[in-house]
Amino acid sequence: MRSENERVAPDGELRTITLEAYADTIVPGQKRHDGDRAIAGVATGGGAVQAGALELLQWDATGIHDGLDDLARLVNEHATAYAAERSIALDPSVPPFVALEYDDRAALILLLTTPGHPEKDFWVMLSLFCNMAFDSAAHLPTAQALADGHPGLAAMGLSHPDADGLWRFKDFGYGRELARLHPDTTPSGSPA
Amino acid sequence: MSSTAEHTDVLVIGSGFGGAIAAYHLAAGGAKVTVLERGPWLKSADFEHDYKLGSSYTRAFDFVVGDGMSILGGNCVGGGSVVYFAAMPRAPRFVFDRQGSIGRRMWPGAVSRDTLDPWYDRVEESLSVAKQDWNDVSYAGGLWAAACDHAGRTANPLAVAIDNTKCVNCNWMMAGCRFEAKQSLLVNYLPAALAHGAEIRPLHEVQHISRTSDGDYRVHYNVIHDEDYRLQAGSGVIEAKIVVMAAGAGATPVILQRSEAHLGTMPRAVGRYFSGNGERLNTAIIDEKRAAELFGLDRGDGLAYAANQIGKGPTVASWDKLDGSLPEYSRYSLEQLYFPPGLGTILAQVPDAAGPTWFGREKKEILKKWTSWLTIFSMIEDDNEGVFGPPPATGNAHRISQQMLGRGNLRYDPTKNTLGAWAASDAEVKEILEKDGLAKVMPWTNDLVGAYTVHPLSSCRMGDDPLTSALDDRNELRDHPGIFVTDGSAVPGALTVNPAMTIAALAERAVPGIVQAAQRKGISVTYGAPAPDGSRSGRKKVLPLLPTLTRT
Repeated sequence: MRSENERVAPDGELRTITLEAYADTIVPGQKRHDGDRAIAGVATGGGAVQAGALELLQWDATGIHDGLDDLARLVNEHATAYAAERSIALDPSVPPFVALEYDDRAALILLLTTPGHPEKDFWVMLSLFCNMAFDSAAHLPTAQALADGHPGLAAMGLSHPDADGLWRFKDFGYGRELARLHPDTTPSGSPA
Repeated sequence: MSSTAEHTDVLVIGSGFGGAIAAYHLAAGGAKVTVLERGPWLKSADFEHDYKLGSSYTRAFDFVVGDGMSILGGNCVGGGSVVYFAAMPRAPRFVFDRQGSIGRRMWPGAVSRDTLDPWYDRVEESLSVAKQDWNDVSYAGGLWAAACDHAGRTANPLAVAIDNTKCVNCNWMMAGCRFEAKQSLLVNYLPAALAHGAEIRPLHEVQHISRTSDGDYRVHYNVIHDEDYRLQAGSGVIEAKIVVMAAGAGATPVILQRSEAHLGTMPRAVGRYFSGNGERLNTAIIDEKRAAELFGLDRGDGLAYAANQIGKGPTVASWDKLDGSLPEYSRYSLEQLYFPPGLGTILAQVPDAAGPTWFGREKKEILKKWTSWLTIFSMIEDDNEGVFGPPPATGNAHRISQQMLGRGNLRYDPTKNTLGAWAASDAEVKEILEKDGLAKVMPWTNDLVGAYTVHPLSSCRMGDDPLTSALDDRNELRDHPGIFVTDGSAVPGALTVNPAMTIAALAERAVPGIVQAAQRKGISVTYGAPAPDGSRSGRKKVLPLLPTLTRT
């Protein structure tokens, strides 16, 4: 499926900018600076990139770290084909996936993750870790990430732990009866 | 065979409910018991509140992605009990009469709610299971109860194995209970087994079982690196007269499949009839203003809810559809559940999305409302559609991440019965929670990792029919005397409620038969231990049943 003259160099900046664009499609954020091409800039606040997606993806604990070159190359090949089929002119100064508008990036990821797509497992896993960088900061100690203002945990509204790094909630419930019990309930609280 | 092989009387594979309960009773009865557990041995003080890969949280469980079904299960000493939410309802009476995909009763004739009740009693005593009070119910459970009531339904605080005097509602139950409030096996059966001389070896992953020349069993294991489970640190062999398999419904059949070349043909049902307990999740985004207006809910600081992070797993369930007069596949329970950020959040979908539902702009907007999420867990009657393909080289899955994530060979293709039951439960969740504008609701997508179960069952099930059950009615593997299966894989089908209570009760019920088999192999062991804390009332109720559980 690959042709050598379409191949994007998989390492260095081109790989990084491609994976950042992928991560930003999963959880979008605002551009880091004028001219930021990886981040499409369709949302406010930090997205997966600012949350540390590249740091998580490149950590060998994930098990996908040594496949990132191939994933970056593949998604660019898919982007080239996607653009050709739709007569979209791609800016040659950036990798093809980065050159796509946000909605096209999203449409391509939907295609790649559709049940039955032969590469679905790869793209689901890549998406999963991009999301985890935002929603659980899986590359950072959670308490430290919160203390440092991690954009994902902050956006989701996770509270801060006690000084010992553990969460405790003194107030946890409404403390009143809110429904009738099912009539067939055993004394120990099971269905009869 | 090697004269240097280690020997034990009873070798237990896995230390969750099935393994720990058997290990305790057999050790207390006088047998030499060795437990091999593939995961680490984490103590209460080891349980961190941390989502970082490599913290105790990811060391303690496994997420195995299959084809059409993914399994989230325990992977540590204590197994599923360390990561479970301690909801302990008994299965409804009608469950035992289910026919499922085989068109006739799938449970053994000897097992019904009536015959299992004394064993349920034993478990309630051993794990201090108790009905919660409304004062124990979390904000999320209270909101679910109020919504059910508003929609004309009933709702019940759940029976749980939690010491609420110790619980701080941190909602880190899935990462192990730091405060020893949750009654995992680490605080009852396992310490009692150790006190009677049982030995537990963590990070020992069984590869296969073979037979010795004198009819005993030889268990082959790999030693797993304590931090990076992709690495192996050695291997070994141990011989035993009796083997109790309790590696979990996602692993027990895989070990038996791999053993077939050594032990001979396995019963046809090994690795078939897997059930995800009919599980499905819906995420509701609560309209905080409506929650206040409709129900008068107030946390005391002007907030009506916004409490997704607070609590202790499920506290309230609606059982209106657990009605035995309804036809099969139309009965289910709906339970409030907490699901932490991480593996599950990506599967939540945006209601009324114009673009992608599980990622993208609109998904980010609902992530910002995460504290106002309410998760509802449906447990329907599925069709036991799961089948395990050829086993992977080691373990029960090809491990991808250093912990936590693997790719398994389970295939699950839901039938119309299952799809219809999921659709009906989804529709009811929507009806209850969208009534009068309380929330917007969407089920989790199955498109990414298939359906998703935290309660794998039935992959090596018990029954009366050799064609559709791998075990007889006393949990012994057909045609392989001396191998017993006591974990969730023995449960014949979905239960419409959380299964830990039933898995534990069936394991208790299996023990007299295992003791008798051990005695016949010359092991000096007796049956009759009290509950792990010495309580004896549960024992009094089951001793008269022993004649029905032993072979002549």
